[in-house]
Amino acid sequence: MIGEIDPVIINLTVFVLAIFVGYHVVWNVTPALHTPLMSVTNAISGIILVGAMLAAGPTETDWGVWLGAAAVTLAAINVFGGFLVSQRMLEMFKKKDKKGNA
Amino acid sequence: MSANMVALAYLVASVFFILALKGLSSPESARRGNLFGMVGMAIAVATTLTLTQNWPLILGCIAVGGIIGALVAQRVQMTAMPELVAFMHSLVGLAAVFIAIAAVNNPVSFGLPEVLPAGSKLELFLGTFIGAMTWSGSVIAFLKLSGRMSGTPIVFTGQHMINLLLAIAMIGFGLWFFFSETTNWTAFIAMTAIAFILGFLIIIPIGGADMPVVISMLNSYSGWAAAGIGFSLGNPMLIIAGSLVGSSGAILSYIMCKAMNRPFLSVILGGFGSDGGTVAADDGVQKTYRSGSAEDAAFLMGNADSVIIVPGYGLAVARAQHAVKELAELLHEKGVNVRFAIHPVAGRMPGHMNVLLAEAEIPYEQVQEMEEINSDFSNTDVVLVLGANDVVNPAANVPGSPIYGMPILDAHKARTVMVVKRSMAVGYAGLDNDLFYMDKTMMIFGDAKKVVEHMVKAL
Repeated sequence: MIGEIDPVIINLTVFVLAIFVGYHVVWNVTPALHTPLMSVTNAISGIILVGAMLAAGPTETDWGVWLGAAAVTLAAINVFGGFLVSQRMLEMFKKKDKKGNA
Repeated sequence: MSANMVALAYLVASVFFILALKGLSSPESARRGNLFGMVGMAIAVATTLTLTQNWPLILGCIAVGGIIGALVAQRVQMTAMPELVAFMHSLVGLAAVFIAIAAVNNPVSFGLPEVLPAGSKLELFLGTFIGAMTWSGSVIAFLKLSGRMSGTPIVFTGQHMINLLLAIAMIGFGLWFFFSETTNWTAFIAMTAIAFILGFLIIIPIGGADMPVVISMLNSYSGWAAAGIGFSLGNPMLIIAGSLVGSSGAILSYIMCKAMNRPFLSVILGGFGSDGGTVAADDGVQKTYRSGSAEDAAFLMGNADSVIIVPGYGLAVARAQHAVKELAELLHEKGVNVRFAIHPVAGRMPGHMNVLLAEAEIPYEQVQEMEEINSDFSNTDVVLVLGANDVVNPAANVPGSPIYGMPILDAHKARTVMVVKRSMAVGYAGLDNDLFYMDKTMMIFGDAKKVVEHMVKAL
């Protein structure tokens, strides 16, 4: 039975379920962290890096590979930039333990 | 690695991405969440490396991109976060387009059949046009946010008609691509070009004040673009990650629209605020207001039991965050209960004001959201409004007002209201604010930073 299903249908199943997961997880994010939420999701959408790596993968280099290489660079900016700037912001939301720094 | 191992590793990475978002439910767990995201990404990249041969090229490009990303992340000012986020959306969009073109050029390297099946063509079409629109839309958003392009809406007659015709043409070329037996580059390129133009045309009529919605919307698009590429490549991890981002952006757009009291469609179609609104404001009646000095205000606050500070973007423009922090600390030492009330659209993007206050080292426990704090205004002694206007305008409660129904901070319910403002000028909505003319309101004119510094000195 499973073998007969078009992979597109399986992907569609994953897609719909993931939207539900996203919906519920994101409503639980505290509004104070909506900006970090955006930069984290920005970094996560850098997952497109995986597709870019496949495009840059083949050894016989044609222009498609160079396009892939450009995509890898762009996506990497996103991944690193997104996670690091989120880290920087979230450090600011640490509890202040020290008292006398006024 | 076997295909099954790869799929399992991708599953683990997907779970990490979900945990990353889940971590953001509270500031305590958020840093761990971000770490989970990094781990997930590392797993995904390492796994994909085993499927490719061109390691020097790929790793080299990752290193170059990584260094640029790290530098940008380190240097960016917190006030410039909206621009950075728009800039990064544009990168995802462009990368999606590049990948889709590469996939059309050489399907085999993606594990697709040499001649693309109809399903893959449809998916590539979707991934490309969402990516292209994300790119050009984000570029315009970036230019508007960074002030390189005017924030005023660019509107011309027949705009919607042109957009509609272009959309139809784009779909037409998509169908041509779809039904061609061989790879139809003409159709594919024409479709991509139109998508780029459409993204551009859709964002230019949207004004600067609506940018929080636009950024959230483009956030959503960038996720759908990633999911679209995931469909083309039959990669569930890309689909999951993309959908998480897509739904996150969609929810944020919804929250922003609700906070600004705009139907989502009217923001997207653009042109709001370019007509009406301003006319209704002036009824010709000379209204009187009371103004006072920073010293008077400091005296009142010092003797109050409770103070709520309402910061707006004007505070950030005046770079007054650190002065405000000092003020809050001094009042706190005097035993005054000081809190900050944040309206959802207080900054230039969702949650922006919270980050700006956190950067000034104001403890997040003192910073509260509209729903949490609104019922407390009525038993608060002093409300200090700093660089905010529309979000405290009681006209939102009056039926017939252009902003009727917009959720506001109930500052007018407090015993005393103090408003620091540069002049009596109107806010984004172009409306006069009755709060300024109430008997219990004191206007303090001047630059927010200087006024707050005077208050600190007077305490």
